[in-house]
Amino acid sequence: MPGQADHQAHFDEVIARHDRIEPRDWMPDAYRRTLVRQIAQHAHSEIIGMQPEGNWISRAPSLRRKAILLAKVQDEAGHGLYLYSAAETLGVSRDDLVAMLLSGKQKYSSIFNYPTLSYADVGTIGWLVDGAAICNQVPLCRTSYGPYGRAMIRICKEESFHQRQGYELLMTMMRGTPEQRDMVQESVNRFWWPSLMMFGPPDESSPNTERSMAWGIKRNSNDDLRQKFVDMTVPQAQALGVSLPDPSLTWNADRGQHDFGQPDWDELFAVIRGDGPCNTQRLAHRRRAHEDGAWVREAASAFAAQEEPGHG
Amino acid sequence: MGEWPLYEVFVRSKRGLNHVHVGSLHAADDEAALRNARDVYTRRNEGVSIWVVRSDAITASSPDEKDSLFDPSGDKVYRHPTFYTIPGSVPHL
Repeated sequence: MPGQADHQAHFDEVIARHDRIEPRDWMPDAYRRTLVRQIAQHAHSEIIGMQPEGNWISRAPSLRRKAILLAKVQDEAGHGLYLYSAAETLGVSRDDLVAMLLSGKQKYSSIFNYPTLSYADVGTIGWLVDGAAICNQVPLCRTSYGPYGRAMIRICKEESFHQRQGYELLMTMMRGTPEQRDMVQESVNRFWWPSLMMFGPPDESSPNTERSMAWGIKRNSNDDLRQKFVDMTVPQAQALGVSLPDPSLTWNADRGQHDFGQPDWDELFAVIRGDGPCNTQRLAHRRRAHEDGAWVREAASAFAAQEEPGHG
Repeated sequence: MGEWPLYEVFVRSKRGLNHVHVGSLHAADDEAALRNARDVYTRRNEGVSIWVVRSDAITASSPDEKDSLFDPSGDKVYRHPTFYTIPGSVPHL
């Protein structure tokens, strides 16, 4: 049997050649813990992320929009399931992961603690929130842990639909009445800064970034991805005919990138601590849905026991 | 109530291709696993056929025995067509 030093050397060599670590490979405990935390948090975000938009399913303005929104929210559930199964390959159980979400022990993305106040928010979430998620997630397709990367590839394919349906929804509203255009602008004003916060704190106050990059879990720093997102989004905002609520947002020809203002980081940390507008509501809803679903799980188990005694 | 068993899901993306592992899920029984796999892994025509198998029914090689398991084929270069030198003038070979 190879010793600890051999294991570490083999792991380092796989990471150095940008190859993938697979579930049964030896890996440092801290690498495993970091992945469990990151993948679980990501899975929880998909599950909680069903709520802000789910809020509007029953009030969608047309059957077309309703079918699209249902499909999108179903995708979020699917993304959560891909990610939970990736996390489970690291040796944690599904029940424990669900319990850690419901108890608040593990976090989810702070963006889902903001309310959706108008139908335009469905479009803005698709355009900006899913757009930011795509910026974060595309590099994760090449993350060093195999099952996580494979889950991200599936997710990224589907996120493209999410972003495009959102942008199309906003384009439709911008061709509508002045009131509808105002709704879009008001929605963009509310979601712009929280979208920038989705990339996490600035690099100098993101203590784990360096280690995660050394391990190939993260491929880009928070600030690099935030810059990329701003540069991608500015021309999309112009095409849409909305303004982005940042007076210091300007093109910097020397850098070949946009200069932009910093989000209110105190607000981000407050939302992460649990003091966002919807934290309590989101978790309460998730707990209630879990409890209300208990009879379905019990019925399925009872049926399975009857069909396949001693199996399951 | 204990956790439902874990199933591995394999999807044939189209006729003529092998089933390929796409991920896993929990289900109370085999039939439910197949239904769940359809909803989780084939929402966009990703497949024409699905296999589900309980994860605990799979026997897998261990990364620790990689050397003993796969190395023996490493020194059998004569199994590869490039091992044989044939004059370039010989056609279709």
